[in-house]
Amino acid sequence: MNLFDPQGPVAAADSTILIDSVAIMLAIVIPTIIAILAFAYYFRSSNPRAFYSPDFAYSGRIELVVWAIPTLTIILLGGVAWIGSHQLDPRAPVEGTGSPVRIQAVSLDWKWLFIYPDQGIATLNSMTIPVGAPIHLELTSGSVMSAFFIPQLASMIYTMNGMVTRLNMRADQEGTFKGVASQFSGDGFPDMMFDVHVISPLDFPNWVAKAAKTDRVLNADSFRQLSRPSVETVNATFRLEDPRLFEDLATHKIPPAPGPEVTTDAAESYIGAPNVR
Amino acid sequence: MLGKLNWSAIPIDQPIPLFAAGLVLVIILAVLAWAGIKGYYPYIWREWITSVDHKRIGVMYVLLAMVMLLRGGTDAIMMRAQQAIAYHSGGYLPPQHYDQIFSAHGTIMIFFMGMPFVIGLMNLIVPLQLGVRDVAFPTLNSVGFWLTATGALLINISLVVGEFARTGWLPYPPLSELRYSPGVGVDYYLWSLEISGIGTLVAGINLVTTVLKLRTRGMTYLRMPMFCWTTLASNLLIIAAFPILTATLTMLVLDRYAGFHFFTNEAGGNLMMFVNLIWAWGHPEVYILVLPAFGIFSEVVATFSSKPLFGYRSMVMATMAICIISFCVWLHHFFTMGAGPDVNAVFGIASMIIAVPTGVKIYNWLFTMYGGRLRFETPMLWSVGFMVTFTIGGLTGVLLAVPPADFVLHNSLFLVAHFHNVIIGGVLFGAFAGYTYWFPKAFGFRLHEGLGKTAFWFTFTGFWVTFVPLYAAGLLGMTRRLQHYDVAEWRPWMIAAGIGTILLTIGIVFQILQLAVSIRHREELRDATGDPWDGRSLEWATSSPPPVFNFAITPDVHGEDAYWLIKSHAKQQQITDHEEREYKDIEMPRNSPTGFVCAFFATVMGFALIWHIWWMVVLGGIGAFATFIAFAWRDHDEYLIPAAEVARVDRANLAERRAAMSLVGSAP
Repeated sequence: MNLFDPQGPVAAADSTILIDSVAIMLAIVIPTIIAILAFAYYFRSSNPRAFYSPDFAYSGRIELVVWAIPTLTIILLGGVAWIGSHQLDPRAPVEGTGSPVRIQAVSLDWKWLFIYPDQGIATLNSMTIPVGAPIHLELTSGSVMSAFFIPQLASMIYTMNGMVTRLNMRADQEGTFKGVASQFSGDGFPDMMFDVHVISPLDFPNWVAKAAKTDRVLNADSFRQLSRPSVETVNATFRLEDPRLFEDLATHKIPPAPGPEVTTDAAESYIGAPNVR
Repeated sequence: MLGKLNWSAIPIDQPIPLFAAGLVLVIILAVLAWAGIKGYYPYIWREWITSVDHKRIGVMYVLLAMVMLLRGGTDAIMMRAQQAIAYHSGGYLPPQHYDQIFSAHGTIMIFFMGMPFVIGLMNLIVPLQLGVRDVAFPTLNSVGFWLTATGALLINISLVVGEFARTGWLPYPPLSELRYSPGVGVDYYLWSLEISGIGTLVAGINLVTTVLKLRTRGMTYLRMPMFCWTTLASNLLIIAAFPILTATLTMLVLDRYAGFHFFTNEAGGNLMMFVNLIWAWGHPEVYILVLPAFGIFSEVVATFSSKPLFGYRSMVMATMAICIISFCVWLHHFFTMGAGPDVNAVFGIASMIIAVPTGVKIYNWLFTMYGGRLRFETPMLWSVGFMVTFTIGGLTGVLLAVPPADFVLHNSLFLVAHFHNVIIGGVLFGAFAGYTYWFPKAFGFRLHEGLGKTAFWFTFTGFWVTFVPLYAAGLLGMTRRLQHYDVAEWRPWMIAAGIGTILLTIGIVFQILQLAVSIRHREELRDATGDPWDGRSLEWATSSPPPVFNFAITPDVHGEDAYWLIKSHAKQQQITDHEEREYKDIEMPRNSPTGFVCAFFATVMGFALIWHIWWMVVLGGIGAFATFIAFAWRDHDEYLIPAAEVARVDRANLAERRAAMSLVGSAP
């Protein structure tokens, strides 16, 4: 999950900007810290060689320099921020080989549902994508706010009920990577990690066909079941019976999850999922 | 009869909070019993609880902050221990408990440690630095303090009665809405901050009015010590920002209590409205905390370098620039919401711009040291430690303002490490510097140097050992607020951070030890001169502790560093003795129990609102209102200190000072 070991162009560009920005700032921060320590040491009162100028409180030249140094640095970094924000806008499409894959991600309490509308399948807590292909994600939440983040592949983006956010990415290496929910969303939040399987484009249709051979179907009813607060350890797959499920959720045709059941007893009213460790 | 409250609200089955609360209760009862046996109650009531003296109120604020630092620190130790243990296991804290702890840690440290600490120091020192006898609204000042204490009390009651919020220190909806958080935890959060927020607002109004309206003769704006400037900036921010907090929390209250839909998922509610509003308060809030700390460092660095502050006007400009720009950057707290690149870039660059005046401040402190004669006493150690630490914190802060970097670092432990870097390295170091610097002024004796320095080195080292690992874990993709995790590469960093927490704890233990030892040896540490550090501003012109009227004769100011000028003038003219002074009667405000009584009723009302005990809400509301009415109807609000008494006090102080000075003079 190392940010400095990116496996796709978006994560690589993010981490390059991270490193560049730190390098730009270190160029003034290191001399500043050295100066602080050096001045503090040299002008200690026990140093007889140090001069003492008790009235030195203003120098136009120094003032000019101390305003100029941070200003110039910020102008440089501001450029980085401006260009970076535009190039790495999560909504901006990413180039790739092969046909793009569309995925609709839904954060639930406390699991991730990935819907493949074009393939007619859905998966729980595990996402499979072909290497090299542009991946278009649309994201929403089935209950509270969460955030979708695959440290080695893509930028972070919020998921919010009744709203759709968009994210684009591409994976350049086959393998299994970790994704996380990076916005606290309640007691089961630490178990919202998911696996991202990056497989070869040749294997992808086979995987879809295999996944479709499940006896579990995803429609409004089974979605309602799924959206109850729980932690899932089994990575289930579903046949997508209702291709407009995501749109219905985002437009509130499917209401948001009910949340924990309220008991009459106020102090006991928290419902930690029974299978939360 | 008692609303939602019943016996099951007491967590009998959870040994940790029960034990902690039991221990606290025993300590409180022991202190109360001890004070009762010694017969201190009338003294405490007369001289402290009902006091409207800004110095007493300042001391009480700082005391509250220190007690809350212990509470919030305990939470921190528990969290770091949990994350050090909870690899492939559940740790020792179940999620519903762990989630309360990190929420309480943030809430307490910001609202009931940081805020009271800086407001307390401002209360204590600003009127002295301005050369005046009191703040603008003394009784309101007392009300502000006691309402803050009410908020702290309510949060701590949640430890034993019911639960605290499990939503983080800013309760983002819809998680904090009734549907997803049906318990009383969020209600504890809301009411304690609604009440203490009003306390903070009146404290802000009071201090702004004091700085703008009450300055001694000749104290023009550009002769005010830097601490007064940062006080002005910080309190202007309080006045502008805290109403936003109160209004936002009120909207959430309406959602939870009255079925409104400001922030709910359905019926047109929008959670991002809460997120925007809370950060429109939340970002200025960090400058409300750190600006007074900048002021403290300005005073300390100048004093211990035996030089005036370098680039005073630049500093004033930088302070006011930060004050204004801090209102234009709140969106950098949620770059990842999917706003367009233009929005992100504009707010990212605006956030970076704040680094310019802040950087200027660092350089000005640096050049204040240049050509100075640096005395490394405890406050100066905290200041140099701050300059190094804060520079790194600033670097990571500007990094997080670059949207693409934030896309991979947001909500990670890197972010957590960053804001602890600036809040511990900036606010807490500043508060400790101010505490050791002004302690002799408040109590008339110094704090033990050796223990203070030991505390500094443990805290400084402990800080880096704790938070460098958190930076590293963030770069490894570790999200904040995880109750357990299965990723092997995070584990060693969590253990290292745990070790750092032990060092930080030792630092705090040394601070407590320092206070205890100093009180025991107060006669040897006595400061008879009123000016133990060879200070430059007017608070050192009076005795330590100052008389209730601060200055027998309010001083005249002829330039920056007012007291330094008086001293060098005296030296030049070979004046060894004060001319006979002409004393006048002094009017001082009367003590008033208004603040305490009002806060008592506010506590009753807040508790009743949390548990839906409606008759008690009405009772508390009427009580608090009636207290105000009674206060408004008072006939005598001031009393007279006759000139003879002023003369007696002042002559005694001057004689003591002269004796101390000649003792110093005769030393080889």
